[in-house]
Amino acid sequence: MNAWIWGIVGILLTPVVAGLVGGIDRVITAKMQGRMGPPVLQPFYDVMKLFSKQNLVLNRFHHDLVICSLIFTVAAVGLLFAGENLLMCIFALVVGNVFLVLAAYSTNSPYSMLGADRELLQMLAAEPMILLAAVGIYMATGTFDINLIASGTHSAIQYLPGVFFGLIYVLTIKLRKSPFDLSTSHHAHQELVKGLSTEFAGPSLALFEIIHWYETVFVMALIYLFFASRPIVGIVAVLIVYFLEILIDNINARVKWDLMLASAWVITLIFGLGNLMLLFILK
Amino acid sequence: MSIKKSPWIIHYDGSSCNGCDIEVLACLTPLYDIERFGIINVGNPKHADILLITGGVNQQNKTVIKNLYDQMAEPKAVVAIGACACTGHFFAECYNMLGGVDTVIPVDVFVPGCAARPEVIIDGVVKALAVLEKKQQEKVTA
Amino acid sequence: MELAIFLIFFPLLPAVLLVFSKNAFFQKWITIIASTVIAAASVLFAIQYMKGSGEYSTFICPLPNQLIMIGDIILALVFLFICRKLPLRRYWIPLLVIVQYGLVLFYDFSGRMPEVTHYLYLDGLTAVMAVVIGIVGTLIAIYTVGYMKHYHHEHPELSNRTHLFLATIFLFFSAMFGIIFSNSITWIYFFWEITTVCSFIMISYSREPIAIQNAFRALWMLLVGGLSFALAIIYLADSGYTLELQRLMMMPVAFVLLPVLLICFAGMNKAALYPFGNWLLGAMVAPTPASALLHSSTMVKAGVYLVIRCAPILKGTTAGAMVALLGGLSFLAASAMAVSQRNSKRVLAYSTIANLGLIVLCAGIGTSFTLWAAVLIIIFHAVAKALMFLCVGTVSHQTNSLDIEDMQGLIASMPYVTIIMLIGLSGMFLAPFGMLISKWAVIQALAIRSPIFPAIVIFGGSLMLFFWTKWFGQLIAIPNARQQNLEQGIGIEWVALWGLAILTIAACVCYPLIGQYWLVPMYGWNPMLYDKIELSIAIMLGLMLLPPIILLIRKKHLVYTTPYLGGANVANPQEFMGSLSSPRPWAFKNYYLTRFFGEEVLMRWTIAGSIVLLILMFLVEKL
Repeated sequence: MNAWIWGIVGILLTPVVAGLVGGIDRVITAKMQGRMGPPVLQPFYDVMKLFSKQNLVLNRFHHDLVICSLIFTVAAVGLLFAGENLLMCIFALVVGNVFLVLAAYSTNSPYSMLGADRELLQMLAAEPMILLAAVGIYMATGTFDINLIASGTHSAIQYLPGVFFGLIYVLTIKLRKSPFDLSTSHHAHQELVKGLSTEFAGPSLALFEIIHWYETVFVMALIYLFFASRPIVGIVAVLIVYFLEILIDNINARVKWDLMLASAWVITLIFGLGNLMLLFILK
Repeated sequence: MSIKKSPWIIHYDGSSCNGCDIEVLACLTPLYDIERFGIINVGNPKHADILLITGGVNQQNKTVIKNLYDQMAEPKAVVAIGACACTGHFFAECYNMLGGVDTVIPVDVFVPGCAARPEVIIDGVVKALAVLEKKQQEKVTA
Repeated sequence: MELAIFLIFFPLLPAVLLVFSKNAFFQKWITIIASTVIAAASVLFAIQYMKGSGEYSTFICPLPNQLIMIGDIILALVFLFICRKLPLRRYWIPLLVIVQYGLVLFYDFSGRMPEVTHYLYLDGLTAVMAVVIGIVGTLIAIYTVGYMKHYHHEHPELSNRTHLFLATIFLFFSAMFGIIFSNSITWIYFFWEITTVCSFIMISYSREPIAIQNAFRALWMLLVGGLSFALAIIYLADSGYTLELQRLMMMPVAFVLLPVLLICFAGMNKAALYPFGNWLLGAMVAPTPASALLHSSTMVKAGVYLVIRCAPILKGTTAGAMVALLGGLSFLAASAMAVSQRNSKRVLAYSTIANLGLIVLCAGIGTSFTLWAAVLIIIFHAVAKALMFLCVGTVSHQTNSLDIEDMQGLIASMPYVTIIMLIGLSGMFLAPFGMLISKWAVIQALAIRSPIFPAIVIFGGSLMLFFWTKWFGQLIAIPNARQQNLEQGIGIEWVALWGLAILTIAACVCYPLIGQYWLVPMYGWNPMLYDKIELSIAIMLGLMLLPPIILLIRKKHLVYTTPYLGGANVANPQEFMGSLSSPRPWAFKNYYLTRFFGEEVLMRWTIAGSIVLLILMFLVEKL
């Protein structure tokens, strides 16, 4: 019963928290660029406006596929907060991502499809590290059950510094930040127009933004799980990591896909798998 | 109600001399920082609320302007920036010119100047917000 | 038990009838009736062995050794007959035949084969395999009837030998049932080689030079596996342990590891794991039903079936870990190479190798958790992959192309085939279906062991996600203009397509039940109840019902528009206004990442790595 409540609370709170985080992100980014930046509540204004607009579509399915994507992404966050199996949560997130890619493909518009292909590349680059992180947490805590991980007495971070570093590296991909914002980015003006989300208009784009909120919270919760035994340290760590991501976003230009894929996999192998092998041998 | 707080723009350069375009982009710089008002230059008609057009319309770009306008979701507004976009200005008499933007699509706000100054451009966008809000209310009542 | 014997012998009847019926009408009805009987019998058989742990049959065979001996002699002669026209420089193909049958028959004649008391062994695994062969296989057989009609219509230059093709399919059923029901290793060997013959006949069906060449490549590679099998028999006969598979699995590991490894080698060889993966790629020249039946859903499954049977011995040994690594390497390499392929049949072939590799990985580890996952992958893969092959076959008939790029927007021109294909694709990779549940089980089961295995599964799984989603996306890229419907002329194939589509959905929805009733009694526990997973899975399954519903509801408030093309749209949405004021078509092609995952980049390393692993597998226990 408790799990259900937690899950629902997580689902309800996520947009609020992630929207605020997104607003703060934009303010900090602006400050880093010597600007004032928008109000902190700007992401909410944007989404509300988008919902009030006309829903332009290319065919009757692409909006539906975005809805499917939202359902699974929300489910992933819900399962995570309910303390279910960590692997299942990640798989639910993957399914949500796949639907998003399919929505972009279904438009049959060149920019959108290229964005979809690149989103797949981003998944290919990031997914191994995220799943390896889950395996690492399992090796450190002995369970995939998020409830048990969160209520454990020692944190996974002391065993998994390498995995943690690798996760931060691919987090840039998941958060769609430079230098890895290949498929779509917060600011257009790029060779892909808006990539994946080029053909989403009005409510579809609003859903896309909300999906991104849920994704953000999901990956942040993953970071938190590394520090689960000390909640305060965990929250501070999450904030520091997010600030780091904003910094990286602002001091990097976008890279090409091959560099992203190769570097993400090399980091995953060296820091992720290397860390796990060491842990395995030493234990 | 919130369209006023997050107007997203798309900027299209018709047959401008690039003077106005530089001024439009200057609005994004730290000095003017239009993101203060939640304005983002999205560069994609499907996401945009306001179409900013600099330069006049010629035979080549009239269909482009028409296409971009058609691909924007309602409610939407058009701002013609600079003398050329308003009337065709110097180029009005050229053999290939049609004149100002209003020869192809309905324009809501005309921003004068050669080139238009950033302050005026921002003012033009703010004027367009009122138009947008009115259109939105019409949509709600209709 | 009577059903098992019925299933082994009954398919011979339609096989014989079909050899003599050149009339298309008879072919069709013999196939349909026989297929129905086989499917019904296999379902009955599976129900019989529900909740039952293994059972030895009391079936008494008169003169068992002599019968098999005669069978072996006939088979050896068939092989030699096949090889009769080979040039002299390929002497080693008949040599492979002569060596293995020479050895086996020598031991037969000298009477050194140990006695076998139980010829058949039936349990949950055989039930699952029987259903796979009995239902998926027969649906493919029915599909063949329609397919071959089109095939010969398109290739009038080839002589029509459909009756032989169909007869081979039924002979093959008999052999497959023989493999899975037999407990006697000599019997398995006999049936094993029959499937090799069937594979040769089907690959070389068109008798074009490329087909003959690939058929012989498949033949000699499979004969290497047969030789390994023969060596295992001789080793067992010579040491006098036992020739019963089940009893072999209860022997002390140190005594029987070598023959078990030889059997595993034969299994991996048949399952087209690297270094033998290339015969499967070559086998794709066969008519599509053959690819679906032999080279994805059943014959190659016999290989992994044997490895799963050997799991009790492999479990915990270093050699077992090597078997798992070989499977892992094939999984990883084949998934990677599938990314770089444009030809849909080659993508399917590579992903088949990958999935078989994953199954062998599970079997090599050999815990009940991974075996549970392995059997589930067999089911999902057999159903969904057969479906994919049949869809691709149908599409290639209607559009004359196997290129995935040509399938862009197929949903508009062939809506029903595409929907069926999408069901197959979802069964392949979307959670909580098929591959993902298996991936979950493997990661969950292996995370406590060396992190190498989870890493292999994770990387390979990500690659799989990449190429499946890419393909999925191509199919549903909805064209902006009306398309001509290309589905005319598909006849009896619909039965197989819809049948398999429904089976795929059923497998996805019911796999917890399959686990509960057939696998749990065998492996003793239910991973579904582990780690609170059942709630997550129930939720995910429930959510999976939503997308079809959402997609079916027609939305209002949608305003239709044209794609963004930088404002340069023209009347035709597939064109844009070029700089010289003339419309030009735009096109979109997918990423294939050949620089990273191309065959020429990876193949050499894969072959080399797998050979090293094979050598290690045999040597590691001696070190």
